[in-house]
Amino acid sequence: MEMPAAEATILNQREALITDLRSLLPADRIVIDQPSLRAYDRDALTAYRQLPLLVVLPDTVAEVSQILALCNRRNIKVVARGAGTSLSGGALPLEDGVLLSLGRFNKVLDIDYDNRCVTAQSGVTNLSISDAVADQNFYYAPDPSSQIACTIGGNVAENSGGVHCLKYGMTTNNILGLEMVLMDGTVIRLGGQHLDSEGYDLLGLLTGSEGLLGVITEVTVRILPRPEVARAVLLGFDNNEDAGQVVGNIIANGIIPAGLEMMDKFIIAASEDYCHAGYPLDVEALLIVELDGNPVEVDHLINQVVDIAKAGASTSVQVSNSEAERLRFWLGRKSAFPALGSLSPDYLCMDGTIPRSQLPDVLRRISALGVHHGLRVANVFHAGDGNLHPLIMYDSNIPGELEIAEAFGADILRLCVEVGGVLTGEHGIGVEKRDLMGVIFDQGDLNQQMRVKCAFDPEGRLNPGKVFPTLHRCAELGHMHVHNGELPFPELPRL
Amino acid sequence: MSEIFKPNTTEQLIDVIQWANAHESALAVQGSGSKIGIGRPVDAEGILDLSGFSGISQYEPNELVLTAGAGTPLADIETLLTEHRQMLAFEPPDYSGVFHDHLSEKQSSSSQKKGTLGGVLSGNISGPRRFYAGAARDHFLGFRAVSGRGDPFKSGGRVVKNVTGFDLSKLMAGSWGTLAACWEVTVKVLPMPEKTRTLLLFGLSDEDASRCIGSAAATPNSISGASYLPASLFTRSPQSSASSVFANNPQSSVIALRVEGPEPSVEHRINALRELLTTSKNYARPNHVEVLNSTDSRVFWNEIGNLHFLSSDFQASNTQQQACWRLSVPPAVGWQVAHNITEKVFKSNPKVSWFSDQAGGLIWLSCPVNSPAGAPTKNSEHSIRSAMEPWGGHATLWQVTGGDNAADHRRNTQVFQPQPKALAALTQRVKRSFDPNGVLNPGRMYTGL
Repeated sequence: MEMPAAEATILNQREALITDLRSLLPADRIVIDQPSLRAYDRDALTAYRQLPLLVVLPDTVAEVSQILALCNRRNIKVVARGAGTSLSGGALPLEDGVLLSLGRFNKVLDIDYDNRCVTAQSGVTNLSISDAVADQNFYYAPDPSSQIACTIGGNVAENSGGVHCLKYGMTTNNILGLEMVLMDGTVIRLGGQHLDSEGYDLLGLLTGSEGLLGVITEVTVRILPRPEVARAVLLGFDNNEDAGQVVGNIIANGIIPAGLEMMDKFIIAASEDYCHAGYPLDVEALLIVELDGNPVEVDHLINQVVDIAKAGASTSVQVSNSEAERLRFWLGRKSAFPALGSLSPDYLCMDGTIPRSQLPDVLRRISALGVHHGLRVANVFHAGDGNLHPLIMYDSNIPGELEIAEAFGADILRLCVEVGGVLTGEHGIGVEKRDLMGVIFDQGDLNQQMRVKCAFDPEGRLNPGKVFPTLHRCAELGHMHVHNGELPFPELPRL
Repeated sequence: MSEIFKPNTTEQLIDVIQWANAHESALAVQGSGSKIGIGRPVDAEGILDLSGFSGISQYEPNELVLTAGAGTPLADIETLLTEHRQMLAFEPPDYSGVFHDHLSEKQSSSSQKKGTLGGVLSGNISGPRRFYAGAARDHFLGFRAVSGRGDPFKSGGRVVKNVTGFDLSKLMAGSWGTLAACWEVTVKVLPMPEKTRTLLLFGLSDEDASRCIGSAAATPNSISGASYLPASLFTRSPQSSASSVFANNPQSSVIALRVEGPEPSVEHRINALRELLTTSKNYARPNHVEVLNSTDSRVFWNEIGNLHFLSSDFQASNTQQQACWRLSVPPAVGWQVAHNITEKVFKSNPKVSWFSDQAGGLIWLSCPVNSPAGAPTKNSEHSIRSAMEPWGGHATLWQVTGGDNAADHRRNTQVFQPQPKALAALTQRVKRSFDPNGVLNPGRMYTGL
C-alpha cells in the first residue's frame, strides 16, 4: 500500500515546528527522538510501520486547538491517535505528519445517572466507562474486542462495534454528544445529554469518519442498565449451510440475540488446542447464541432457540447453566485471534459484511480463494449481522507473502461487495482497504464524500492517505459543469 | 404559481436539478407534502415532486432490510411489513390528525396523509420508541440521491453493519431535503413484538412523575415507551382516547410505560415495574394503576406519537394562531423546562399545554405564537429558548396553525435551534458541499442556508 509521498516542505519545517510547539507545550510532551517515536510507529494493522514527524501529547482542548491551528498555518499534516488499536491503519503515522496523541485525555468528566449518560475525555478507554458505572449496574453497550485498551474517541472515529452490537447497536447508536477540534483550531460541540442533535446530524457524520474531519476531544455516551442475566447456547453443525440456515431462522422468528457468533472448523480446532474450551471437534461449524434480559425472557428464548436449532439439523446443543459455563462457551471465540497467532507467524483480519443469506456460498468461495492463493484462511463471523472476519494466515518473513495475503484479502472483499455486502463492517477503511473503495463506490460517490471532507478540512491536512484512494484538491472538487440549461427531457412530467 | 417537476427517472431528476442550477432557480423538494407545515417555508420558483420514485424494490424479511423509492407512501410500507410481522422500529408518527392547515388536496387519500418514507427520513422523525430503539436515522442504512449540484451519488448499503466511507445517511436524515434529493432509500426493519403491555400510573405530580419514570428507566426492564400526560392537560377539557386509557380511570396526570416482547417476559417485566413503582419512597404512590393490553397499547402509543393529546389546541376552526414546539432536553429535567415555560414565560395561560415523551427527554408544547403583554419580544420564540437555556437541548417550532399567515410566522421565526457561530459556519460549508448554489429547499432550516 503506497502512502502519499512525504512533502519536502513539511520535512524541512521540522525544526521550526518544534520551536513553535515549545511555546505551546512543555518539552516532555513533544516527542522528537527516534527511540521514543518508535513506540508510535504503527497501530494494530501491524504490517505497516512508519515513524511520525513528531508526537505531541496535549493536555487540554485549548492545546489541541493551538496545535492544530499551528499545523494548519504551516500546512503540516496531522494524524490523531487514541490507543492505536485500529485494525485498518486509521492511526498509522505519516513521515510528514504530526501524530497527535489523545493519551492524556483520560478523565471521566461526568456521570449522570438521572439522565443515563457519561461524559468522558476522548482518551478514556471503552471498558473504563463501563467500569465507572458498574456499581450502579449500568454499562456502555458497544464492546469492541479491544475494549480494555481502545479509547472512546477512537470508537467514535471508527464507529466501533463488538459482539453485542446486533442487539445494542454500534457506537453511532449509543452516543449523544461530542466536542471536536477542526483542523483550523475551531472547537465545535455537538449534541449534549439530549436525543437527536440539532441541525445537520454532524454527530452521526463524525462517527466513523476515521479521523479525517476533526479531532475528537470529548464524548457523551448513553449508558444502559445491565441486563439481569445472560445465557448462551452452543450449537454444532455438520456443514456451514445448516448453521447459516439456523441463523436465518432465529432472526425470522423475531429473536434478536445479544450475540450470534459463528466459527468454522479451523477456528474451532485452533482455539480448542489453545484454550480447551470444550468445543465439540466433530463439527464443521459452531454457533454461539447469547440471550440477555430478565431470567424469564432469557429462559423462554433459550428454549425457542434450542427448538429452532434441533429443527435445523444442529448436531450438538449445549445450553449454559451457569455464568462459568457461558464464559467457557465464549472462551474459544475470544481466544480465536491469539490461537491463530500461535499457528501462524502473521495473519490479516478481514472485515467485510454480507447479507446473511449469502453466508454458505461466501464461505465456500473463500475456501476456494484460499486454495487459489495458497494460503490458509479461518473464519470467525458475527453471523447475526453478517459481519465476516476471515483470518488470512501468512508469514511476513517469506518475501512476497504479505502481498499475496493482501491480494487474497482484496478478493474476499470484492466477493463481499459482489453478493450485496460492503468492504468493512466495523474496522474501518483506513489504509488497509483504501484502494478498494472503487469496488463499492464510483467516482461520483467518492467525490461527494471528499467534498464533505473539504467542508471540514479544505487543505486535506487531517489524516491524509486514509479512506480515499486519491484525495482530490477541494477547488477541483468544487468545480461544476453547468450545461446550457435546457431541459433535454421535454417529456418530463410537469404538473 | 410554482412550476411542478415530477421526474420518474434518475436522468430526469439530474436534469431538473442541473436546470435549476443553470437558471439560479430554487426548488422546494416534496414527497407527498405532508410535512410542508414543518420547518421554515421555502421560497422557491419550482416544486420538485419526488412521489414518482415510488415502490418497494427489495424486501427480504430474513435480512431485516427494505429498499424502496423515497416517494413510497409510508402506509404502503407499513402494510407490507405488517404482513410479515415486521415494522419500522422508529415508529414513524402521523401528524395529519392534529395539524389540518397544511393538507393539500392531493393528500385526501389516506395513504398519502402519513407521508413518504423519504420524507420521514429526511426529517429524522421518530415516534415513542425512539429512546429505546433509535431514531429514524439509526435505521437508515443507505440511499441513492442527486445532490444539489445535480450529481448522482450513493452512500451506505443494504447491510446493517457498515462503516465503509462517511456515513452520509446520518447527514441526510434531518437535513430536510436541503442537501440532495434522495430517490431510493434502504432501511433496517425489525420483528414486531409478540405482546405489548402499558403500565399506567395515575395521579402523580410532575416532579414525582419524572422521578418515577427515571427509576423505571434505570431498571433492566427494557421500557420501549415512557410518556407522561400532566394534570394540566386535563384542566381545560377532558381528554379522550380511542384506547381504554381513560375508560374507567380518573382524568388526572398519567405516566405510561410500555413493555414489549415475548409474553412471559412482558408479564414478568410489567409486574416487576408495578411492584417497584408503586412502593417506592422516592415519590408519592399513584392513586390508580392499570395495565393496557396489546391492542389498546397500540392505539394509545399511536396517539402519543401522533400528538393526539394536543389536538384540541389545533382544531381547524381555531382562528387564533397556536404554535407547537418540540423540545429535546436531558430527560430528567424535561418537567422543569416545561414548568419554566408554562409558568414563567406564559404565566400559566390556559392556552398553554404540554406532555412529555422519551422518558421526559421530549416535551411537546402547545402555546400561543406571541408572548404575553410586557415580554421583551412579541414572538414567543425568544422567551421559550431563553427558558430552556439553563438545561441545554434544542427547540424546534414544529407547526403553527390558525389564522391566514401561519407560514409568515414560521418565516419570521428561527424554527430550528439557532447555532453558535462556528457551528453555523460549518453547517453552511456542509450545505455548499452538496448544494453550492442553494437550489434545494433554500431557507427551509435556517435563513440563508
